Amino acid sequence: MRRLLVLGAGTAGTMAVNKLRPRLPESEWEITIVEQSATHYYQPGYLFLPFGSYQPKQIVKPTAHFIPKGVTLVTGEIDVVKPEDNTVVLADGTALEYDYLVIATGTTPRPEETPGMAEDEWHKSVHEFYSFDGAMALTEKLKSWDSGRLVIHVTEMPIKCPVAPLEFTFLADSFFKKKGVRDKVEITYVTPLPGAFTKPVSAKALGGMLEDRGIALESDFLIERVDTEKKAIVSFDEREIPFDLLVTIPLNMGADYVAKSGLGDELNYVPVDRETFLSKAHDNIFAVGDASDIPTSKAGSVAHFAMDLFPENFVRYVDGKAMTEKFDGHANCFIESGAGRGMLLDFNYETEPLTGTFPYPVVGPMRLLKETRLNHLSKLAFRWVYWHVLLRGRHLPISSHMSMAGKVPAQDS
Amino acid sequence: MPVTTLLDREIHVDDEGFLTVYDEWDEALGAELANQIGIEMTDEHWSLIRFLREDFKEKGETATTRRVQSAGGVPTKRQFELFPKKPAKKMAYIAGLPKPHGCV
Repeated sequence: MRRLLVLGAGTAGTMAVNKLRPRLPESEWEITIVEQSATHYYQPGYLFLPFGSYQPKQIVKPTAHFIPKGVTLVTGEIDVVKPEDNTVVLADGTALEYDYLVIATGTTPRPEETPGMAEDEWHKSVHEFYSFDGAMALTEKLKSWDSGRLVIHVTEMPIKCPVAPLEFTFLADSFFKKKGVRDKVEITYVTPLPGAFTKPVSAKALGGMLEDRGIALESDFLIERVDTEKKAIVSFDEREIPFDLLVTIPLNMGADYVAKSGLGDELNYVPVDRETFLSKAHDNIFAVGDASDIPTSKAGSVAHFAMDLFPENFVRYVDGKAMTEKFDGHANCFIESGAGRGMLLDFNYETEPLTGTFPYPVVGPMRLLKETRLNHLSKLAFRWVYWHVLLRGRHLPISSHMSMAGKVPAQDS
Repeated sequence: MPVTTLLDREIHVDDEGFLTVYDEWDEALGAELANQIGIEMTDEHWSLIRFLREDFKEKGETATTRRVQSAGGVPTKRQFELFPKKPAKKMAYIAGLPKPHGCV
C-alpha cells in the first residue's frame, strides 16, 4: 500500500482529497487527511459578518461533511513533520507515516507579532476580521459604534485574500451611510503598499474608488507598533495615525509546525516550484493553497485553479512520469464595493488585473474592474458554489489558465 | 527592456530603473546608484547590500525587509534609518536587484 498524507482540510486540502481519491485506486493507495478543527469555515463570509449581511450559521459546516468515502480523517494538531523519516507527529504523540505528503495548512493572522496589537485594546478598539472569532467580536462592536475615526490597516504583505481589506472599507462606507452617520465617521485606509493595491491598473481604479467615497489613503506605511495609550498606529518612519476603531489585518503566517520542521521561509510558507507545487527541498512533499510561497494571491480562487492541475500532475509524478500541467498563477476575485455592487479582478503571475470583460459561462460576460450589480450577485452565489461544487471537487466550467479574451491591455485602459 | 548608460557602461534596466541583469552590477555601479537616490554609503550600508546580493544569488528573489531582519540580522527600524522612507525598494535599487514583489 502507498500512503498519501494531506495536512489541513481547508479549501485546498479538502479539494485535493476529493479530486485524488477517484484517481488513486483504493487497492493501492491509502489517503489520510489531518485537521485540527471539527468545523469548516467559509472564510469569504468573514467579510460579511460584521455588517450583518451573513449569519454565522451560513458559513460553518462540519469538516467531516466534505471528506469523501475512502479517505481517513484524523482530528488532531500537528506537532512536527520529520521529512527524513517520512513521518508526521501529532501533538498527542500519534505518528503518521507517508510516502507522499501534501501540506495544505494555509495561513493565519498573528496579531501578537506586532507590539501593542493583541494587548490592552484587543477586541475593544483594536479588531480584525480574518478569523471567525475576530469577525464575531467586530460584529458586536459595530452594533453600537457609530462615530469617530475608523482606520482600516494592512500590516504586511502577503495576506490572505488581498482585496478583503479594501472590500471591508467599501462596505463600511456603505454601512455607515445606510445608518445615516457617515458624516460622523472618518475613514482612513492604511497600507504598506505604494498605492491602494499592488499593480498599476487596479491600484488606480481602486484608489479612485477610495477618493470618490471620501476615504483617506495612507500608503507605504510599515507598522512598528500599536500605541495603546495614544490609540494610534506608529510606522517605522515615525508616522502616527490615531484611531477610535482600528480594523487591522495582522501579519499572516503559515503554520508553526512548518517552521519547527524546518520546511518554511521567514513567514512559515513552504518554498515550492511555482508551476507544480513540489517542495524545493524534498521530492515527496508538495505544498498547496495558501501554505506555499508561490507569488500570487493567497486566495480560494487560486487554490481552486491550482486544484484543476495538481491532481493530474500528482498521478503522473507518482508513476515516475513528468508533471506536464503548469500552473500560471491564475487568480480571480470578486470585490464587494458596497451598496449591492461588486467588481471582478482576473490575473496571473505575468498579467496584472485589467479592465474589460470576463467570459463567465451561463451568466457572463462580466465587467472587469468595474462596479456592477451582477458582480455582487455572483459573489453571493459563490457561497453555494463553494459548499456544493468546489469543495467536493466537482468541475466548474472556468479555465484554470488565465485568458486574455475580453481584457483591455494596460496601455489602452 | 530599456538600456541606460552608467559609468560609461551599457546597463539593462526596467521601467523604474532597477537593473535586470545580475552580473552587470559591481560595487562601483552600486555607489553610483546610491548617489542617484541621495544615499551616502557607509560600511553598514555596504554590508546590507552585500547580504542582499548573496541572498539573491541563493534564493533567486530580492529579500524583503522582514527577511533582511530575520536572515540578515538588521532590524527593520535600522533599515529605515539607513535607507529612509522605502528601505526595501532603495536597497534593491542600489544592489542592482529587481524590486521585491509586493505579492498580489
